[in-house]
Parts: sequence; C-alpha cells; structure tokens
Amino acid sequence: MRAVWTIAKRELRAYFTSPVAYVFLVIFLLLTGFFTFTAGNFFERGEASLAAFFGWHPWLYLVLVPAVGMRLWAEERRSGTLELLLTMPVAPWQAIVAKFIASWLFLALALALTFPAILTVNILGDPDNGIIAAGYVGSFLLAGAYLAVSCMTSAMTRNQVVAFILSVVICLFLILAGFNPVTDLLTRWASPAVVDTVAAFSVVTHYDAFQRGVIDLRDFLFFLSVIGFALFATGIIIRGHRAG
Amino acid sequence: MIRIENLVKTFGSKRAVDGVSFNVERGEVLGFLGPNGAGKSTTMRMITGFMPPSAGRVSVGGHDVMESPLAAKRLIGYLPENAASYPDMTVKAFLDFAAELRGLEGSKRKQAVNRVVELCFLESVLRQSIDTLSKGYKHRTCLAQALIHDPDVLIMDEPTDGLDPNQKHEVRNLIRTLGKKKAIVFSTHILEEVDAACTRAIIIDRGKIVANGTPEELRDMSELAGAVTISAHGATAEKLSELGRVEDLGGAFRVYPKDKRQSSELARAVVEMVAREGWKVEGMYSERGELDEVFRRITLPDTVKR
Repeated sequence: MRAVWTIAKRELRAYFTSPVAYVFLVIFLLLTGFFTFTAGNFFERGEASLAAFFGWHPWLYLVLVPAVGMRLWAEERRSGTLELLLTMPVAPWQAIVAKFIASWLFLALALALTFPAILTVNILGDPDNGIIAAGYVGSFLLAGAYLAVSCMTSAMTRNQVVAFILSVVICLFLILAGFNPVTDLLTRWASPAVVDTVAAFSVVTHYDAFQRGVIDLRDFLFFLSVIGFALFATGIIIRGHRAG
Repeated sequence: MIRIENLVKTFGSKRAVDGVSFNVERGEVLGFLGPNGAGKSTTMRMITGFMPPSAGRVSVGGHDVMESPLAAKRLIGYLPENAASYPDMTVKAFLDFAAELRGLEGSKRKQAVNRVVELCFLESVLRQSIDTLSKGYKHRTCLAQALIHDPDVLIMDEPTDGLDPNQKHEVRNLIRTLGKKKAIVFSTHILEEVDAACTRAIIIDRGKIVANGTPEELRDMSELAGAVTISAHGATAEKLSELGRVEDLGGAFRVYPKDKRQSSELARAVVEMVAREGWKVEGMYSERGELDEVFRRITLPDTVKR
C-alpha cells in the first residue's frame, strides 16, 4: 500500500512540475465555463440546475482526459524508466493502480475547481443540491472510466500521440453506443434487445442517471467495471512488453 | 548469491539468450563481455526480474526471481542501460523516491540518501532537475539510486558508458570497493575494465557463454600469451626459430612458444641464447596476452557471418 502511495505521489507531482497541470486546468475551466454559460444557454434555461454544465462533460472529457492519461505509460516506456520502476520491489498492479489513482485525483482537483458553478446556481436560485452532488459523482466516475481507457492505450505504445488518438476513439465509441442518433439508426434493423445491449455499453446511458439525481448501484458498478477491466488489460499489455 | 541455470530467452524465432548458466558469489565482481546484441542486457533484465525467461531459472539470494519476485528484487540494485531516470525530478526528489520505494523511511531515508550522495559525488547538483544534468551526473544519479538500499547484489548495464576518463576511473574504483562485500555483475565492452575491476569475466556471444574465467585465464587463451619479444643487435630469425615460431616485427622478433604450458622456459631459453650468441639486447619482454585479441578471436567469426 505504501508503494502505491509513493508512486502516486511522484506521479501527481510530475503533473505540477511540468506545464501539463496548469495548461489542463486553465483549458478545462475555460471550456466548462464556455459550454455551460454560452453554448449551454445556462441563463436562458431559467432553471436552477447544473444540467447545462454536466451535459457537456462526456464530450469535454473525450478530448481532455486522454490528454491527461496518454503519458502515464508511454512516457515511462519511451524514457526507459519502466525498467527502473518494475525492477523496484513493486508489483506491477501496484504501479498501475498508483498511476491511475494519481491522475484520477488530478481530475478530481480539476472538477473541484468548478465550484463557482455551484455557487452561481445557489445564488441565483434554489437548486436541488442533492442532484448536483449526484452529478459530480457521475462526472467523476465518467472521468475515471475514460482515464482507465487512456491508461490502457498509453501502455500499448511508446508514442503519446498514438495513445491519445486510440483513447479518443475508444471513448468515442463508449459515448456513441448510447447516443440517440446511433440508437435510432440501430432500431431500424436490429431487435430491441440488441439495441439495449449496445446502449448498455454506453457511458452516456449510465451517466445520465446520475444527472437525474439517481445513484443506482448498477451505474456505479458499470463505471467501476470499465475501470477494472481497462486496468486489468493495462496489466496484461505491460506483461506482454516485458515478455518481449 | 546469484544462480542462473540454463537461461533462455527467445524473441520470435531469435534466441537472444541460449542456455546461459553461471553463479556469482558474494565478494565476486563478474564482468559480462560480448559484442553488441550478444544478449548481455537481456540476461541482466532476466536477473532483475524485468523480463520473464522463456526457460531456465534465476535465483537471487535463494529467492526465485519468477516465484518470489519482490523478495528477490529487494536484494538487487539495478543500473539499467542508458541510466534512465525521471527527467523532471530533482536529484534529491528522485533519490527520495527510490529510497521510499525501497521501504526506507524518516531518518533512515535521510541517511541512505546522504550516503549515496557522498558515494557518487552528487552534492553539488542535489537541487537540480535531472534533465539539466550532464551525462556523467545523470549516470551517477542512476547509480546512486541502485545503491540506495545498500543491496547485496548489484547489476549494472554498462556502468561506465558515456563517462569521461576520470569518471570511469572513479566508477571502477567504486565497483572494486563495493565488490568486496557484494555480488556484482556488470556488462561492458571496454576490455581494460575487466582488468581494472573484475575478479571474473564471462564472454557471451550470440546468446551463449563462450569463455568464463579470471582475467588471467582469459588472457592465457591469447595467441600472444607467453610469447617473447626481443630486439637485439645481431639477432636473427633463423637462430631464434630453433626455439619456436618467429614473427618479424621489423627491428624486433617475437618468438611464440611451441607449447603454451612451457612459456616460462621459452623466456629462459631466449636469455640463454642471447648469452651464447653475444647479442646486444635493446629490449626484451614476455607477453601477457591481450584480452582484446582473445575477445576478437572468440567473437569475430560470428560477427562477420552475421
């Protein structure tokens, strides 16, 4: 457990000793602001909720989360530090979990810095803060799922750009599987059972439940199993590299 | 401390390491020689548990590297090829990180970091980030990391690569000092290093061990070993060839012994002949044999074939 914390600490510090953290935080906050208040018609909606804010997260994360996750393993492989790390008395799963947790915490920080949005709705109206809390939980889990996918693609290559693109594509699939235009298209020639199965793989279906204020164990499990699966795959990929 | 039995590593159809076996005990410094691509790094990666072997066993301090990797890794300090380290960290932060991963906490960690900083002369760059350091300092930072937990087993992949002659000298001295209490394996293709630091050397070529012995034993494999080179007024190849095969070096003659085991007798015989014939000797010495030549003779045919 201590090894996990040691690696996570180093990883987290690495974000802040490079410009990555600051660039990411500024862009993330600017974009959430823009999408919420301008593109999301926050004021015209006339409702005291953060629906306009959370609605954009699956799309915003699609580009930004792979940017956070792409370096995790690709960088270690490129610079050769992977050899250093894995010859320390550390089990590979500890390193994988540690790196994931560090970048997830970083994303949590970014999310926490959106608190002015909560203040704004609370000053302007009387929102249901329970729904907002559920929204944040959903958003955090969504970020975790994307991040785990990025971890996996990062382990596949020593090139960060390739890791980024692969990750965006996989995450895009995770969104589109439940996106209305896509499910509508599917219903034309597939049975409802197939459509439901495909849609069940979509992060959007599960994410929306949180935005309605529903914290359902199944949605929780969905995100956790995506994370678990992707990290497990990361472990297999890394073992594959070492085996040559 | 290190036991390696029939180690094999295949990459696709290529056998990078092909049935390598050797042991290294505490107090031994083993030099690992071989041309590029001979399988040195691959063998070291298997000893340190980074790569699983395709066949064979590695145990370190009695722990099988595949079965109980953490116990084995705790005993090993490893300097990987090219001395990789995290460029965005300061030397201090990097060493603290390594110490923490090795389970050193609080005052023990401070002591450990101070010890290796002194050992590797890093005091002046402690607060600098690693990517601003010169190659020599980067190398020593990574070496410091390998020594931080005072390991019983030290594995170093080309520890003197890219260092200037002074730094090379320092690192060799360090290896020799450390080697008294530890089991050390290091790879190199600088042959003088074998003389400077090793108690034993292994030459590996195309994944197989082709020579294994003390530096003296390896040197004795040389053609040159035991030959006598003499330059003297009046000396003739004709006369000298009574004693053995003679090579004319232009101004000097080299006499090779008929039988390597009798090389000391050859020297005596040459001296006697000089006295008998009344030659005026300008120089005369007995050749020790050159590692360089042994290395080339053992590994060259394969390199050419490739």
